[in-house]
Amino acid sequence: MKRAWVANVALICMLPVVAIWASMADEPFIITLATKVAILALAGVGLNMALGQGGLVSLGHAAFFGIGGYAMGILASHAQSYTPLLEWPMLIEGSNSMPVIWLLALVSSGLAALVIGALSLRTNGVYFIMITLAFGQMFYYFSISWPAYGGEDGLAIYMRNGFPGLNTLVPLHFFGLAFAVLLVALALATLIGRSPFGLALNAARQSSERVETAGIRPYRLQLTVFVLSGMVTGLAGALFADLNRFVSPSMFSWQTSGEIMVFVILGGVARLCGPLAGAALFILLEQLLGGISDYWHIFLGALLLLIILFARGGVMGLIAGPGERAHV
Amino acid sequence: MSPVLIAEQVLNGVQSGVVLFLMAAGLTLVFGVMGLINLAHGSLFMVGAFAAAGVASATGSFLLGLVAALAAAAAAGALVEVLVLRRLYAREHLDQVLATFALILIFSEGVRWVFGSFPLFLDIPTALSGTVSLPGGILYSRYRLALIATGLVVALGLYLLIAHTRIGMQVRAGASDREMIAALGVDIGRLYTVVFALGAALAGLAGALVGAIQSVQVGMGEPVLILAFVVIVIGGIGSIKGAFIGALLVGLTDTLGRLFLPPLFALFMDSSAAATVGSSLASMSIYVLMAIVLVLKPSGLFGART
Amino acid sequence: MSMFLEELVVWRETTKEEYAVTDRINIGRAARCSTIAAALFVGLASSAMADVKVGMITTLSGGGASLGIDVRDGFMLAVEQSGNTDIEVVIEDDQRKPEMAVQIADKMIQSEKVDVLTGIIWSNLAMAVVPSATAQGKFYLSPNAGPSALAGKGCHANYFNVAWQNDALHEAAGAHATAEGYQNSFILAPNYPAGQDALTGYKRTFEGELSGELFTKLGQTDYAAEIAQIRASDADSVFFFLPGGMGISFLKQFADNGIDLPVVGPAFSFDQGILQAVGDAALGVRNTSQWGKDLDNETNAAFVASFEEKYGRLPSLYASQGFDTANLLLSAMASADVSDQEAFRAALKAADFDSTRGDFAFGSNNHPVQDIYVREVIKEGDVYTNRTLGVTLTDHGDVHAADCAL
Repeated sequence: MKRAWVANVALICMLPVVAIWASMADEPFIITLATKVAILALAGVGLNMALGQGGLVSLGHAAFFGIGGYAMGILASHAQSYTPLLEWPMLIEGSNSMPVIWLLALVSSGLAALVIGALSLRTNGVYFIMITLAFGQMFYYFSISWPAYGGEDGLAIYMRNGFPGLNTLVPLHFFGLAFAVLLVALALATLIGRSPFGLALNAARQSSERVETAGIRPYRLQLTVFVLSGMVTGLAGALFADLNRFVSPSMFSWQTSGEIMVFVILGGVARLCGPLAGAALFILLEQLLGGISDYWHIFLGALLLLIILFARGGVMGLIAGPGERAHV
Repeated sequence: MSPVLIAEQVLNGVQSGVVLFLMAAGLTLVFGVMGLINLAHGSLFMVGAFAAAGVASATGSFLLGLVAALAAAAAAGALVEVLVLRRLYAREHLDQVLATFALILIFSEGVRWVFGSFPLFLDIPTALSGTVSLPGGILYSRYRLALIATGLVVALGLYLLIAHTRIGMQVRAGASDREMIAALGVDIGRLYTVVFALGAALAGLAGALVGAIQSVQVGMGEPVLILAFVVIVIGGIGSIKGAFIGALLVGLTDTLGRLFLPPLFALFMDSSAAATVGSSLASMSIYVLMAIVLVLKPSGLFGART
Repeated sequence: MSMFLEELVVWRETTKEEYAVTDRINIGRAARCSTIAAALFVGLASSAMADVKVGMITTLSGGGASLGIDVRDGFMLAVEQSGNTDIEVVIEDDQRKPEMAVQIADKMIQSEKVDVLTGIIWSNLAMAVVPSATAQGKFYLSPNAGPSALAGKGCHANYFNVAWQNDALHEAAGAHATAEGYQNSFILAPNYPAGQDALTGYKRTFEGELSGELFTKLGQTDYAAEIAQIRASDADSVFFFLPGGMGISFLKQFADNGIDLPVVGPAFSFDQGILQAVGDAALGVRNTSQWGKDLDNETNAAFVASFEEKYGRLPSLYASQGFDTANLLLSAMASADVSDQEAFRAALKAADFDSTRGDFAFGSNNHPVQDIYVREVIKEGDVYTNRTLGVTLTDHGDVHAADCAL
């Protein structure tokens, strides 16, 4: 366990070190990349709660990622044009304050996860995978064809939203914010894993009959973790939208779901820092391979296959050694 | 809205359902027998379309193109099964999802590498071009009628294959108890490869047939794949009959939704807005259908196991 | 990798030898980042003008890559033909993803320190990149997309559209339909902003009635249902805007359905890259375009010949737009220094270059004022292509200019 602990700490520290170095070397784009890693890792941490702890293979997490993104897009676009979001039954104004946006992102993605989860969890296994995928597509098509918020063009927000006490336009400040949120999410994931709830969930993943005989309904446990997972991924979506100052339906696309899942698997399922390692590796590959060939997806695919076939613990499995899983 | 238009749209719904069935049959067969979820099924659809377009433009024969599509998709399927998927049968669904996602990346960019970024051309054979008059004054595309017929023949053939042949018996046995059938001396590895190649060939056939009336391009398989998922979730995973009924339901819901929803909204809003709102909701209709089926029957209409 | 890219890479390798000492690290990094530096200070940099660094963000992989490849090839052809050694072009693939385009733009502005951005194909990507790039004092030259928001209220002194405002070709189609005497059109487009703009554009200039107006699903490939509705209607003409694979599918299915109605559409569904995939189904269809390969002017004849010689295929609309964009930039570089924003802006606005479309000028909102032609799809030997029939709108600007404060 000690080796895993050292690997986690080293990995977590690596990101701010890179960002601060880039800031001193005047390479703002590298800070942007580090911020992207932190945000995508956050999305992965969210998915990993459902996937690693709950054993729920969701291919529809892009729905929550996109809802978070649109929470930012909708609030900020109303603030940008000084038009109220709702006039009836009560007046709701747009906002360009991140805490407000985050709240809306958390609440709306949580509600969506509640509905999708309540329907999808009636099934399991491969049904669950396909149903979550289909619900994701439903949001995708809806976001494209609904004209009010830009449809397929998406929404461009010209100024990054603010956070009290920080200048989010400074790349390092925004990185710090995203990284802090990631740390909180990692802490939350650890807490859940060690709580009685997490232990019951873990037991339900391995044998649902066994927890049922103990008088616990796995459905409730799984729904709870699915909602939490959706909320964390939704928050990541809001941050991602702020990173790009732009939201579009492609956040809802099933490739997004696939990519979030790739981060988790590349890094190592159910490992605390798996998503972080995976997201970092993915961004690194994208930058390096993308430069070598227009067809870099072939290499990415091949690498992914090799990891799945021969390195089942992912990157963290290679670095930290086997067996962290039970400890998450 | 005239009855002729509605009748024609019903035919269109059936036709798109039949193509979906060709896709869904392979998926559901592979899942039923091997317990494998294959996201790369859409890539096999694309391989079929590209093979057909390539061979048809080289030889000028649509029929040869179809043969090439079947052969190429079956070969690609068998290759993938032997090299990659075979190692994943015992794994969790998660690994299967990821490995087949990786295969999509490889197939898509690989095909683009070989054929370039421009869409390919595949035309319908002259013998099947134009329209025919059906009873009731309906003018209908001859090629689409041929698609419906092909789909029904394949469905019947699959039924006969599975219900009445030796290999079908092994498939059914394999679906219910894998260890037992291996113990009985059936070469399970070969059976799996054959089943996978069969499913792949069906997807390739669908790709080639559809390629003639659409555009043959990279990424054409994924939208169909997701619809096929919806089909087998509705029909019940592992059930060929379920795939057939589910495909028709999805095809009809989608087509008729697009026909009826915009005019429905036009009753109480202006026509431009009704067109947008109606088509927005029409694009979601099949997912709503799926949600309803799930609430009523969580394992699909004909799903035996969960 | 295309032959062209390989050539450039080989060529750069030799440059690298020559400048091994100073540039090794930089070139190494540039190569990793998939940059193509064209004409890197070969020979003596005698010009007094400062070097211009151009960032091209375009779609080179996945669906829609053919458009980006054509824009890039057209652009690089013009750069190469100019022999100008003061321009450096950095090219990156946006994969048609808006968030990718935004990140590349950040990178080009923040670390590559480019002066001019260009290359974006899709309106939604342009909307994501252009406002923030121009706000940061960069120039943006659009070789393709022309969303109405950037032509009207969102116009900017540093944003120049060298292709068309999105509505232009649709308005031309409406004008053509009116001129042909059509009374009753059935019109359809995908349900997304550009599709809604297309139908609005057509309706703006079409004087007849509409027998039907349909929005299809974006990416839809089966149009049986729509075609049945067209058949059931009393339309005497059909207008559609279905870019890419959607248009291929629609035309093939429409042609096979025995409906004998004239079809008009914008050039996007009939450009050189796509026509071969549509085949006979497109023959005779009228489409509107600001360019055609047979337009009778010297620049165009030379462009078509040299493009075909270099890349072994006929140029498309997009290639001509890429070519014109580069020539506009080169013309501005010849008379102004990019670091002097005022002067450079004026030099761009003068549009003092030989366009492949003949006359070309910018309107008050920095969007083209140009002739729009009607073309007809024909077959030349084995190749499907377009023949220009005549002008349908002369010196056409756009209605959004009225909303632009410039």
